[in-house]
Amino acid sequence: MNPRITLATAGRVLRQLRHDPRTIGLLLVVPVVLVTLLRLVYDGKPQIFDRIGAPLLGVFPLITMFLVTSIATLRERTSGTLERLLTMPLAKLDLLLGYALAFGAFAVLQVAIATAVALGPLGLHVAGPAWLILVLAVANAVLGTALGLFVSAFAASEFQAVQFMPAVILPQLLLCGLLLPRGQMQTVLRWVSNALPLSYAIDGLTRVTSTPGVPGAVLADLGIVLGCIVAALGLGAATLRRRTA
Amino acid sequence: MGNSAQPAIRIEGLHIVRGGLAVIRGVDMRVEPGELVGLLGPSGSGKTTVMRAVVGVQQHVTGTVEVLGLPAGHPSLRDRVGYVTQAPSVYTDLSITENLRYFAAVLHAPASDVDRALADVDLAPQANQLVGSLSGGQLARVSLASALLGAPEVLVLDEPTVGLDPVLRRDLWALFHRLADAGITIFVSSHVMDEATRCNRLFLMRTGRFLAEDTPAGLLRQTGADDIETAFLRLIDAAREREREGASA
Repeated sequence: MNPRITLATAGRVLRQLRHDPRTIGLLLVVPVVLVTLLRLVYDGKPQIFDRIGAPLLGVFPLITMFLVTSIATLRERTSGTLERLLTMPLAKLDLLLGYALAFGAFAVLQVAIATAVALGPLGLHVAGPAWLILVLAVANAVLGTALGLFVSAFAASEFQAVQFMPAVILPQLLLCGLLLPRGQMQTVLRWVSNALPLSYAIDGLTRVTSTPGVPGAVLADLGIVLGCIVAALGLGAATLRRRTA
Repeated sequence: MGNSAQPAIRIEGLHIVRGGLAVIRGVDMRVEPGELVGLLGPSGSGKTTVMRAVVGVQQHVTGTVEVLGLPAGHPSLRDRVGYVTQAPSVYTDLSITENLRYFAAVLHAPASDVDRALADVDLAPQANQLVGSLSGGQLARVSLASALLGAPEVLVLDEPTVGLDPVLRRDLWALFHRLADAGITIFVSSHVMDEATRCNRLFLMRTGRFLAEDTPAGLLRQTGADDIETAFLRLIDAAREREREGASA
């Protein structure tokens, strides 16, 4: 692995994004629109908006970065650029971390805007510090990127790649504790929920919502999410083969 | 270079299986440094598979494939062997310069290489154009330019002149000769027979085997043909005839 090649890869991914202003617009504007809609839906019940606002700020980057990454890396596989790169002195980790860095950096911008709008004009109340929301949400974005890199190996077309979003992300959303607190779930569902990374990200964001300061439990949640990112990147690396049939 | 008898490419007893089928069935080849060697054959004859084996990206390979004295695909060959795939493998959502700068960074090549490679393939005026907006021939040249970055000692070019007009084809062959004169080994495939005469040596391929190996002049002599296309057709017909006789015997 070589930091210079990793950074060059991240820069290349961001440059590709820069040539696509519509995608940039959608990535930045859609979370703001969604969080505003959420605020309007619970207009009469601000306490509900306060309870689920911060966790949802973490869900949007997970979904968008998952989709963007799985399509981007699928293209890399089908266009032959991946094969070219793997004949060059590029380590698999250079590629994976390059993507994670690029989309992680973009997620900082995405999350910062949505969080600022939620905490400012929309009046979202959280007990903990705003930067902790940002950290957890960006970790979620990188998790989305890492999962997207991994599943793109199993998609032969862009049609298939987008189908992985409902398959991989929505079960995590159903079981993460937003619909029903995880403690109240049926035992087997709770076990499944315990095994899914989004559960810990949402646990962390829920704790930031209700607890001031930086509780150790939030850091533990963040640690688990980071561990899942490393695991997903490892799985992604295993799908990159220099020799193919 | 020229310091030893070490060949640039050495293939012995190469067999490759793809999808359960033996697509390469016993191929031997030796290419000396600085040679410009052509691999010709009808589509589906296995040219790309042999090239992929030389670059080290092909699975299910048995036999020996060595490049610059190392097993094909060896990590230390990754900045010494340039590879251009048949389909242009470049980023269509980046400009030409952005593509080349990125590949130069991966290859540890100096930034000045980008301008040199652009000039080599005659794309300097389009440098800042988005690759997705280029014509097929321009796209192929961006892909070729990416392989010229750094200091490759062996270039493996899979049909690099497909879809190019005659002027560009002539210019690119002149470039290949300049590179070969500078000591770079060039292993190029094509199904355009008139290009074959511009190689030092030719390998004619059919159904996973080499049908003939000679200089262009040697092939003409051997077959009594006036041009390479006729020579190739005669060799193929003769091979078919042998197969038919073998089947009926």
